[in-house]
Amino acid sequence: MNVVPKINRRTFVIGSAAVGGGLAIGFDLPFGGPVSALATGNGPELGVWVVVKPDDSVVIRIARSEMGQGTITGLAQLVAEELECDWSKVSYEYPTPGQNVARKRAWGSYSTGGSRGIRESHEYVRQGGASARMMLLQAAATEWKVPVEQCSAANSVITGPGNRSTTFGKVAEAAAKLPVPDKPKLKDPKDWKIAGKPIKRFGIVDKVTGKQVYGFDLTLPGMVNAAIKESPVFGGKVKSFDAAKVSGMKGVKKVMKVGDTAVAVVADTWWQAKTALDALPIVWDEGAHAKVSSDMIAETLKAGLDAEQAFVGNQNGDIKAALAGAAKKVEAVYAYPYQNHVCMEPMNATARYTADKCEVWVPTQDGEASFAAVLAASGLPADKCEVYKLDLGGGFGRRGAFQDYVHQAVIIAKEMPGTPVKLLWSREEDMAQGRFHPVMQCKLVGALDKDNNLTGLHMRLSGQSILAAVRPQIVEQQKGRDPLVFQGVADSGEHAFGYTIPNLLIDHAMRNPHVPPGFWRGVNINQNCIFLECFMDELATAAGQDALEFRRKLLGQHPRNLAVLNAVAERVGWGKPAPQGLFRGLSHMKAFGAYVAAAAEVSVTGNKIKVHRIVAATDPTYAVNPSQIDRQVAGSFVYGLSALFYQECTVKDGRIVELNFDSYDSMRIAQMPKVESIIMPAGGDGPWGGVGEPTICVAAPAVLNAYAAATGKRVRSFPLKNHNLELA
Amino acid sequence: MARLTINGKTHDVDVDPTTPLLWAIRENVGLTGTKYGCGIAMCGACTVHVDGVATRSCAMAVSDAVGKQITTIEGLAQNGTLHRVQQAWIAHEVPQCGYCQSGMIMAAAELLKNTPKPTDADIDNAITNICRCGTFQQVRAAIHAAANA
Repeated sequence: MNVVPKINRRTFVIGSAAVGGGLAIGFDLPFGGPVSALATGNGPELGVWVVVKPDDSVVIRIARSEMGQGTITGLAQLVAEELECDWSKVSYEYPTPGQNVARKRAWGSYSTGGSRGIRESHEYVRQGGASARMMLLQAAATEWKVPVEQCSAANSVITGPGNRSTTFGKVAEAAAKLPVPDKPKLKDPKDWKIAGKPIKRFGIVDKVTGKQVYGFDLTLPGMVNAAIKESPVFGGKVKSFDAAKVSGMKGVKKVMKVGDTAVAVVADTWWQAKTALDALPIVWDEGAHAKVSSDMIAETLKAGLDAEQAFVGNQNGDIKAALAGAAKKVEAVYAYPYQNHVCMEPMNATARYTADKCEVWVPTQDGEASFAAVLAASGLPADKCEVYKLDLGGGFGRRGAFQDYVHQAVIIAKEMPGTPVKLLWSREEDMAQGRFHPVMQCKLVGALDKDNNLTGLHMRLSGQSILAAVRPQIVEQQKGRDPLVFQGVADSGEHAFGYTIPNLLIDHAMRNPHVPPGFWRGVNINQNCIFLECFMDELATAAGQDALEFRRKLLGQHPRNLAVLNAVAERVGWGKPAPQGLFRGLSHMKAFGAYVAAAAEVSVTGNKIKVHRIVAATDPTYAVNPSQIDRQVAGSFVYGLSALFYQECTVKDGRIVELNFDSYDSMRIAQMPKVESIIMPAGGDGPWGGVGEPTICVAAPAVLNAYAAATGKRVRSFPLKNHNLELA
Repeated sequence: MARLTINGKTHDVDVDPTTPLLWAIRENVGLTGTKYGCGIAMCGACTVHVDGVATRSCAMAVSDAVGKQITTIEGLAQNGTLHRVQQAWIAHEVPQCGYCQSGMIMAAAELLKNTPKPTDADIDNAITNICRCGTFQQVRAAIHAAANA
C-alpha cells in the first residue's frame, strides 16, 4: 500500500503510510504562516531539533507523544548520540502542533501509534543531532581559525589543535547563525555510547510523587468542569432533555446539547457536573441500530466464513487443488471479540475559546490530529488555534486517530467564551464510547499430504475493517479491500507472513457492524496471531509432529523469524522435560517490522490456568533502550493476557454492556507471569522494527498452545472467562 | 462544610457530604496526585491512607472521612525525604504512563508498614491495583527492594 499525500499550497493531507499494513490518518491542515516563538527552550536553535543554552544545557525537541512507552527518552538518546553532548545536561520539550504547522511541518509527523515513534523518525532525528554537532564544530573552528576537520566533539566539549578547547554553550550563539547541514553522515550504531544503552527514562520522579500533571489534573484560572453523555446506542441522537430538573443543582452552570448526539453539564467541579448529569432526564432517538446484539453480529460474521466474495491478502499456488488432493484436512473456526482500550486515565480535554483564539490542552497520541480537531470544531484559522500536549495516562491507540473528546470540549467552550472548560469522561462514558478492537472470525483449513507435510492453508477472515470506518479513502483506493486486516499474515512488508507454504490463500470477507472500531495496541495482529499460531499447533498435532519442528520446516526462507523462535525455544528448554506439572506452548510473528516470539509455561488446576513464565524474543533491528524494551514486552503481555482471559465488550440493544472494571477485568500482580525477554537486534541497513506493539500478539497463542498441551483441549473463542477458565 | 485533615493540614471543604473523598481531595483541596480510574473501588488508582489504612477514596464519602488522618501521595515524603517505596520506585523505574502509580505506591507503603518483609504471596494479596501498562514485574521488585532498604 502506498498512499501518496495530496499536496497543494494550502493543505497537506497528513499520511504516514508505511509499507505493508501501514496506515494513514486523514485530516487536512494548512501549513505555513506566522512563526511563534517556542514557549520554552529559549536559546540558540541549531536546526529544529536541538537548542543549546549558554550554560551548556541541551533541549531536545520531541514531536511524538509520551504515554509510558519511553519514546521521548529513546528519541532524545538518538539525537544526543549524534550531537555528542553530555547526557546529564539533556532535557526535552514538545514543539506545539501549531508551531509545526507554522513552520511547515519542520518536526514531521506527531503520530504516536503503530509502534512508529522511533522506527519511522530515527533517521531524521539523528540527522538533526549530527547537523547540530557540525554547526557547533564549525563555529569553534571559525573562532579558532583552524580547519573544522581538526576539531572534534565529545561530551559537550569541543577540542581542536594546540590543546584548544571550548564548550557547546560557548559557541552555540555563533553556531545558530550557520546554515544547517543537509543529510549529514550518521554514526555506525556499533559506536553508540548513549543510544542502545539502558538509560533511565525521563519523568520518573514526578510520577512517584504525584506531581505529574495529566489532562485530568490540569487546572487553569477560572476553569469550570464538564461531564458528558453521548448516545449509548452508536448512531443515536439526543431527542430531548429536561435541563430544568438539574439546572438548580449546586454548582451547575450550564446544561447543553453537544452536537446532535450528546448532552453535557458544566459546573464548578466535575463531581457536581457528573452528579447533575446522572440526574438529568435524557430521551434518545436511538436510531437504526437499537436492536443489534452480539449474537446478531456473530451470525453476520459467521456467514462471511463461507461467502463467495472476499478480498485477497496473500496468495500463492493453488489452494483448491491442494485441499482437494489432501491426504488429511484439518479445519477450525476461531472468533475474537470487541475490546476496549480502558486507558487508566479516561478521555479528556480542556479548551478555552474566544473569537481570536482557541487553545486546547490534551493528552494525545497525535498532536496534529488534535490540532485538526480544534480547527474543525472551533471554525478558527490555524494561526488562531493551538494545542498543548500533556503526557498520557495510557493511550494504546484510543487517543490518536480519534479526537472526539477534543471536538466535544471545543464545542462546549464555544458556549462559554473566555472560560476554560475541562471535559472529563467518566469511566462509564469511556467504555460506552470506545473505538473498539474489531470483531473477527476466522476459518482455517489445512491440507497435509501422506507424509504429513503441510501442502496448503486457507485462512478466511470474516469481520470488521477499521480502515473502512476510519480511513475510507484507503479502502476505496484498494477497491474495497482493507490491507490492515492482514497484519502479520500479509504477502510482504512489515507484517509479512513468515511461513512458506506451497499453496496458500488468506482472504477477508468484510463485515462491518455499527460498533465503531479502532486501533487497539497491536491492532489486527492480536487475533491473526491467535488464529494462525494456534492453528499451526493444531496442524502439528494432526501431523503427529512436534510444534517447534513443524514450524521450523516452514521457516527456512525467513531466517529472522526462525531466529526468534529458536531463541525462545532454546531458553525455555523446548525438547527437554518441563518442570513437574508445567506445559509449554510457542508462537511467533513478524509485526510492525519486528520479529517476535514467545514460549509460555503454564499449569492447569481444574478451571484455573496459571501462567508461570513467558520467554519472549524480539528483533527490532536496533534496540535504542533495552531497559525500556524489556518493560514494553512485559507490559504488552499484561495487556494481551488481560484481553485473552477477561475482556469482551458485548452488544445488547445496540450499546455496549460492560461499562467498568467490575464486568471488564484486568490482570493484577498476582497473575503476572515471570517474563524473560531476549532482545536480539539483527542490525543492518534494513528498516527498523517497532517495540510497543509487536510482542503483544505472541503471548495469547503461546498460552493457548500450552493449555492445549496440558489438557488436549482447544479453545477457539474468547475471552476465556466465557469458557469458565480463570487466570490464576 | 466538612473539615478534612490531609497530610497534616486541615481543610474546610464546601461539598455535599456524600461527595466521594477522592473528588474533595482533587477538586476542593487541589491535590491531584490521587487519581480517578473507575469510581467503584475496583482499580485502586485513588488509594490514600485513612488513619493509616490503604483506602479507595472514590468509594468513601467525605462525611466518613471527617476527623480522620488522611495521607495522599503528596504527603508520603517526610521532611523532604521521599518514602523508601518512592525511592525504590525511582531506582527500579517502575512507572510507565504513571497514572496508576500513586495508588500503587500508597498500597505498597501500607503493606510494608504492616509486613516489613513481605513474601511474593503477601504482595499478591495486598496489591490489587490495576495497571494497564503492566508494570507488575517492576512493582514486585521495587517492593522487595524497599523492604530490604
